[in-house]
Amino acid sequence: MSEPNGPAEIIRAEHISKRFGAVRALADINLSVRRGEVLGLIGDNGAGKSTLIKILTGYHQPDGGRLLFEGAPVQLKSVTHARSLGIETVFQDLALVNDLPVYLNLHLNKELVHKPLPFLRRKEMKRQARAALDGVGINIPSVTAEVGQLSGGQRQAIAVARSVYSNNTKLLLLDEPLAAMGAKEGGMILRLIDELRRRGDLAIILIAHNYSQVVDVCDRVNLLQHGEITFDKPSKETSVTELLDLVHAEYKLNN
Amino acid sequence: MTDALTGGKHSRTSEREPDGASAGPGLLARLIRIRELSILLVTVAAVIYFVAASGPGFSTTQNYHTIAQYVAPWAIVGAGEVLVLICGQIDLSAGFVFTLSPFVLVLFNNNGWPLLLAVIGSIVVSALIGTVNGLVHTYFGLSSFITTLGMAFLLWGLELIISGGSPVSAPSGNWVASAFGGWGWSEFLWALAVVAVMQLVLSTTRFGIATQATGGNPVGASEAGIRTNRIKVICFTIVGGLAGLAGILQGTRVGSYDPTNGGFNTMFYAVASAVIGGTALLGGSGTVIGSFLGALLLGLVYDGFNLMGISANAFYLVLGIAILVAALLNVYVTVVRKRIGTKGRS
Repeated sequence: MSEPNGPAEIIRAEHISKRFGAVRALADINLSVRRGEVLGLIGDNGAGKSTLIKILTGYHQPDGGRLLFEGAPVQLKSVTHARSLGIETVFQDLALVNDLPVYLNLHLNKELVHKPLPFLRRKEMKRQARAALDGVGINIPSVTAEVGQLSGGQRQAIAVARSVYSNNTKLLLLDEPLAAMGAKEGGMILRLIDELRRRGDLAIILIAHNYSQVVDVCDRVNLLQHGEITFDKPSKETSVTELLDLVHAEYKLNN
Repeated sequence: MTDALTGGKHSRTSEREPDGASAGPGLLARLIRIRELSILLVTVAAVIYFVAASGPGFSTTQNYHTIAQYVAPWAIVGAGEVLVLICGQIDLSAGFVFTLSPFVLVLFNNNGWPLLLAVIGSIVVSALIGTVNGLVHTYFGLSSFITTLGMAFLLWGLELIISGGSPVSAPSGNWVASAFGGWGWSEFLWALAVVAVMQLVLSTTRFGIATQATGGNPVGASEAGIRTNRIKVICFTIVGGLAGLAGILQGTRVGSYDPTNGGFNTMFYAVASAVIGGTALLGGSGTVIGSFLGALLLGLVYDGFNLMGISANAFYLVLGIAILVAALLNVYVTVVRKRIGTKGRS
């Protein structure tokens, strides 16, 4: 099969391990995501989810194993380095500035100016922001509204839109985008993720606690337990019950 | 929140409003969105009150000149303080930079520097003092309150040592002296120019946006790649330079460089101007124009009270009330704006 947009596999982790002193955070991680695929990553607190994310975004360096980005081995030296390759993360703190309007948040630190003059091109930024939000199906009534006035779901959507739109993003990591969100708000984010999947140019890793949403929106589910991926199945072949049983089985044994 | 906010795609096109103009909230909301409006209204009200209450002496060119002289230094230092406040910081030492800079000028001038060069040199030294404030704050993680408090006393002592505690007569009789305060209106014209340029920088450049982001969400700003420490150092440098300029203008206008001028007094008036003008002390928002209007209001009240023969002591009472009311109004208007903003989208 021909691949007009480069290799289909965006990232692959092989035997990744990481220690913090005496604590073994990751033992042997093997994972991969393809372009146009949404991978759901679930696991109990302390399973190693955040360590894994920090390795995939260049914040931590692994002790062992290797990462392949678009088929080629890569050492992510820093968050900036990972970002330059097209790896973007939306953290839970969102990194939005409440006092600034939506369109300036979307262009934060990438503002357009009338070169060679230093003045901002507000009109063009508003137009692009509107286009970007419409492009991913986010409904924000006004791009000039201050972000602080918006709901949690809208803010999350803007953060996602920013990381997708501002760069040549190839891999998008969403760190619990549905946490602390009502059903309606969560629904908006799930639609957004679905829309991004349909565009087909992104690989997405979704970290989540709510298994039913994971099964709904993800193509594949990975379960992280004690620093290892212990379960890897297409969403269609699993169910919320199975996932709950897996996690609860561990819980019961440990007690 | 309603469906228009969170709802499905089918409701999207029908309920969206054009950007910028929101038809729902109407005129009131649009006016409330203009942050400086409340302070502008209060300022206009103050003018009307004093014109009516303090007799024919108020509406004279001479009196306007007096008001302009009160306002200018607060407005210039305030323009710098606004930037630092938007970063979520404060510069308590700006008033002593204001006091020190004329003596640095004299030092340079006495060492054979031409006056213009001495003026520029003194402003550069003032700006560098700001840079030091910024570097100490960012490198050592010391709060700007403590950093600049220490710097304030340090400069106070330095300035008394250099001056020997006694005033020096300011240079006069040439164009440089006239341009930097000697000519009666020059100080106010400088203030207008500084306010215009700083407001332009704040609202139309990437640096301005970065400054607001630095104060509004420091973690988020640096995650977006903004070098927040550098932004803060630049803001401290600007307030230092502006305080130095204001000190020279003020002293040259009066005709004497006085070691008891400026100090905490000038700094607090500048900060008060900024706060009355709507700048949030916790950072993230504020405007230079608002701060100018704040300084104008303070100048009007100060002058009006003098004309009406009210004791100068009462001025502080009014100043205190003005700051409290302004801060409360700021909070209240923000709440109203949010409420209207939400309603407008339902």
